[in-house]
Amino acid sequence: MSYLKSILGAAATLALASGAALAEPALIFDLGGKFDKSFNEAAFNGAERWKAETGGTYRELEMQSEAQREQALRRLAEAGSNPIVMTGFAFGDVLNKVAPDYPDTKFAIIDMVVDQPNVKSVVFNEHEGSYLVGMMAAMASKTGTVGFVGGMDIPLIRKFACGYAQGVKAVNPDATIIANMTGTTPAAWNDPVKGGELAKAQIAQGADVIYAAAGGTGIGVLQAAADEGKLSIGVDSNQNYLHPGSVLTSMLKRVDNAVYEAFKEGENLQPGVNVMGIANGGVGYALDEHNASLVTEEMKAAVDAAAAKIASGELQVHDYMSDDSCPALSF
Amino acid sequence: MDYATLLQILDSTLRLATPLLLACLAGLFSERAGIFDIGLEGKMLMAAMASGAVAFLTGSAWVGLMAGIGASMVLAVIHGLASITFRGNQLISGVALNFLASGITVLVAEDLFGQGGRTPPLEGAARFQALTLPLSGTLSEVPLLGPLYAEVVSGHTALVYVALLTVPLTWWVLFRTRFGLRLRAVGENPESVDTAGISVTRLRYTAVLITGVLCGIAGAYMATALQAGFGREMTAGRGYIALAALIFAKWRPWHALYACLLFGFLQALALRPDVIEAAAGFKVPVPFLDALPYVLTVIVLAGFVGKAIPPRAGGQPYVKER
Repeated sequence: MSYLKSILGAAATLALASGAALAEPALIFDLGGKFDKSFNEAAFNGAERWKAETGGTYRELEMQSEAQREQALRRLAEAGSNPIVMTGFAFGDVLNKVAPDYPDTKFAIIDMVVDQPNVKSVVFNEHEGSYLVGMMAAMASKTGTVGFVGGMDIPLIRKFACGYAQGVKAVNPDATIIANMTGTTPAAWNDPVKGGELAKAQIAQGADVIYAAAGGTGIGVLQAAADEGKLSIGVDSNQNYLHPGSVLTSMLKRVDNAVYEAFKEGENLQPGVNVMGIANGGVGYALDEHNASLVTEEMKAAVDAAAAKIASGELQVHDYMSDDSCPALSF
Repeated sequence: MDYATLLQILDSTLRLATPLLLACLAGLFSERAGIFDIGLEGKMLMAAMASGAVAFLTGSAWVGLMAGIGASMVLAVIHGLASITFRGNQLISGVALNFLASGITVLVAEDLFGQGGRTPPLEGAARFQALTLPLSGTLSEVPLLGPLYAEVVSGHTALVYVALLTVPLTWWVLFRTRFGLRLRAVGENPESVDTAGISVTRLRYTAVLITGVLCGIAGAYMATALQAGFGREMTAGRGYIALAALIFAKWRPWHALYACLLFGFLQALALRPDVIEAAAGFKVPVPFLDALPYVLTVIVLAGFVGKAIPPRAGGQPYVKER
């Protein structure tokens, strides 16, 4: 037994030593998968941009199940990857446990705050971006009723809903906001059928613009809105192209920038909390040839003015996660 | 709740009940023949992927449907081989097929289209379009029943009507044909069927293949009629709800229809928390409604509402006496 232990120990030391010389950055994708047209794909795009610009290489890993998280982190850390970037709030607990074991490795986690001396936490002000698309929804709506479809009912998604509702109310204080969550389990991220039915139910209640913050479920929401001739709003990545002429805009979360920055800093990654908001280009709304005909000059001017105010701190959008309550919407 | 809201909920009920109903009838054929099938979910998922992919490649929803049925039948044959020919454990085979489908669908879709295990969005003829039934325009003027016909009964895709017609067809096949009698007998007492000189193996394979066909239609309905393409794990547990409905219906076709409509209604109601709040007077948590089908099934299984007795030879591989 002790013989086996010493062999294993020697192997581990060897692996550590050889890995340290390489110091490739690594990226771990969450369960949504690398090409989810949304969150993880944005991270992938950021890593690819870094690769194209610097000519460097990086390791990548796609999660297949919950149980792999710790193992994946440890494996990459022991192989000498530095820094290790991971996408998704679900890594929070595991990273909190693993990070102290590898003090020389730098970690970056997106969408979650982990308080460790070698971890950089990147969080986004989704409520600010959602506020902007909420304004656009209220301006585009003819019925004065707009919808929101969330994925799994977690505080982060409520943060989206709350920012959106505030944006809607800022333009039209009398507007009705119908908010639904798809479910309470991770399956809620991948149920386009239920998403489509939720969208149809909201349309039946008079909603004519629906904002989906629901991962794969959102695809069903966008589809149902397009089928019924209503408008929808995409999330995370630019989803305007999915249904040109029906997707009003997309709330952009620049996960790609976060990954790019982390890779660029490399081993000198600055630990601490990094908040990406409108002010530093972390969130925004998408405007391209697919939605140009839907977004009027007036809309654009109003939203850009609000964005400038938020950036300067003149306008404060309430963050649901700061006190678990929302002034504009009740759940 | 006004009448228009009720119609909207019933409309949604029918859409949501259709995949449940097809899967439930699929399970009914298999279990009546003595083969338990946990793998309804996997077959539906496989069919959803195959139909979504083929409908996109060929531009025809009907070709997609055929591909979906084919893919589902492949899994059905594997289940048949494992549980009939090799007399393996039927539950384990079904669970294994669910895992297989969960992985292989994403793998194949990713390999074909490179869009994260999703098939590209379908348009036009690649997707089943809603049919307007005759006279729905003129009849919609009739009070009460007119809008019911125009809004709820009319305006669905062809597969919804196929599913509804499958119910009387299933009843007729099972209870009015010689084949149906033998099929039921093989699930209750395969020895007697064998004694009568009828092949137990062939009957059970036929039942399993019918299960494959019906699951195939259910999967194709989700990917090419309700939605416009396949997404990973898009069946989201509907195969298991269908199994619950089957127990709830005590393995009878008409009752399966009622059970699936009830479960579909509960799902549709869960989409409208505002309606429940207005009707009940207090806020009912949505997860409670999502869980209700399972709760009801447990109540039935516990024997509070009559007895749910599964086919007697269910789950047991048939060994011919030598």
